[in-house]
Amino acid sequence: MSAINLVSNKIAKIKQGAHKNIEPPGRDSDSETNQGVGLVQTKYLHFALPPEEITLESCEKLGPITVAYETYGKLNDQRSNAILILHALSGDAHAAGFHKGDEKPGWWDDMIGPGRAFDTNKYFVICSNVLGGCKGTTGPSSINPNTGKKYGLDFPIASISDMVNVQKQLIDHLEIDQLLSVAGGSMGGMQALEWLTAHPERLKSAIVIATAAKHSPQQIAFHEVGRQAIMADPHWKDGHYYGGHPPAKGLAVARMIGHITYMSEISMAEKFRRRPGDEKLHKFSVGSEVEDYLYNRGNHFVKRFDANSYLYITKAIDSFDVSPGKEIYEVFKGIKAKVLILAFKSDWLYPASQSREIVKACKLAGVDTTYCEIDSTYGHDAFLLEVEEETHLVKYFLQKAFLENGVTGGYQVLQYDI
Amino acid sequence: MTSNALPLEYKAILKWIRQGSSVLDLGCGDGELLTLLVRDRNVKAQGIEIDEQAIYQCVAKGLSVFHEDIDNGLSGYGDKNFDYVILNQSFQQVKNPDIVLKEALRVGSQVIVGFPNFAHYLARLQMFFKGKAPVTTSLPYAWHDTPNLHFLSISDFIEYCRLRKIKIVNSVFIGENRTIKIIPNLFALIGVFLVTNGEPVTRITRRN
Repeated sequence: MSAINLVSNKIAKIKQGAHKNIEPPGRDSDSETNQGVGLVQTKYLHFALPPEEITLESCEKLGPITVAYETYGKLNDQRSNAILILHALSGDAHAAGFHKGDEKPGWWDDMIGPGRAFDTNKYFVICSNVLGGCKGTTGPSSINPNTGKKYGLDFPIASISDMVNVQKQLIDHLEIDQLLSVAGGSMGGMQALEWLTAHPERLKSAIVIATAAKHSPQQIAFHEVGRQAIMADPHWKDGHYYGGHPPAKGLAVARMIGHITYMSEISMAEKFRRRPGDEKLHKFSVGSEVEDYLYNRGNHFVKRFDANSYLYITKAIDSFDVSPGKEIYEVFKGIKAKVLILAFKSDWLYPASQSREIVKACKLAGVDTTYCEIDSTYGHDAFLLEVEEETHLVKYFLQKAFLENGVTGGYQVLQYDI
Repeated sequence: MTSNALPLEYKAILKWIRQGSSVLDLGCGDGELLTLLVRDRNVKAQGIEIDEQAIYQCVAKGLSVFHEDIDNGLSGYGDKNFDYVILNQSFQQVKNPDIVLKEALRVGSQVIVGFPNFAHYLARLQMFFKGKAPVTTSLPYAWHDTPNLHFLSISDFIEYCRLRKIKIVNSVFIGENRTIKIIPNLFALIGVFLVTNGEPVTRITRRN
């Protein structure tokens, strides 16, 4: 082929070769990729025992603290292959594999396991429940040592920065000096930004998915409606409902609002039909499947989630600001890690424009960054569903970060096939 | 791949770029050129590309790349952020080449511009004798499916640089498998220019 042809056909080649090239590296055998991490157990770390309580961003002290966490894969001898997974609002430490007797795997099982994006044959993957949560880590439904009763609203306000501080304690406990990466979507992405700016020396890379440097009034508004729904529930009783009826209706409504914001107009239209004559939910039901879906999701959620945790965690998300009083690029100047930022075209809760704002700050601060806006119709849910695209990007990105010799190591080319 | 098999324009660009310099490739495609520059010149590389599938290929090559439209500007970069900014085969595809090149000259100390020559003699003959939009090896598309938005000749670009006070530091003209030395506007299929701001750099205030 002539030199000219090579160049002029460049665009055509990209389009033809695209799908073939999306195959992630390191898929050794089908049997291997079909199996996840298998049976897993949640572990617990206890620390901050009085008088060594931790001081929160609010200046209040908190202790003792329990952190629920899971690990998958093996930490290598150099302790250089650890990746911390950061969960979103309603997530937990159980990111992959199965708990004994469970039918459903962890919340990001598609991405974590042998041969998957976070390849447990290569990496040591950690995921912990956030501070203020209700899935094993200390939160408002934990026992207050001063009273012997559950905290309720006596639990101090915890921020994204406090959540990350608690995660850092876990990483210290696991004797990991530097994480290969931290990765998370939505609230997990905020934690990744916090890790990047608060502990730049502790990570080689970060994967920041479908998130914002700071919540917009629209994002706060949706959370506020959810909070109001919980607090308007007569069973809420200023947060002291433990031992009695939980504010299930309020929490279910909050969750319904959440689910609406996680989908897109297209994904809802594809998922839900109308069934005229099947208006069984209530007198004013129009018999759309979306009504049943929201009702079921809401009612399912109250069985697994604590209403007070919902209030505390949404407050932490809404008050997060990666660069209070400053331009974002100013706080990004200390970042040494490589960053991968992902957004989804149909995500209107965390629109791509918010990711592009983070990207712009990375440019101004000279951070080594890759940004991809994935074409998806799933809305905000895409970060849990667009597995193929995310797997490709995350796998090669991690491989590059893992191969690079130290944070300041020279640039290296993985493939050379022109 | 041996260097003999490299496209001639890549060879020219490789020659111009200093070892260990920083490079921003606007419209980097699948990252072919950047990969070459990383391998042979150990450059600090960054690409910008609008095609999502091309982004996947760049990431697979270990490149850092932004999924963006270069027509939206380079406002995220300060002045002289890069030693080189490359606009290879993307210059004629942007909506506003004037603005894109101005921005490229702002964020890069030097800019490399490569584009197909619309005044190649075969194009001229097709226009004259057939009365049809030309199709050549550097302009391989039919009128209805071309990604090119602007059709310029080597002479057009040289005149444009004079008008905009852009200094041409170096240039290479490429024909079918060889470089063209004589009457490039007639015989070259591709023109590649190394340009810089002709006048002392005036600092542009960044607006955030």
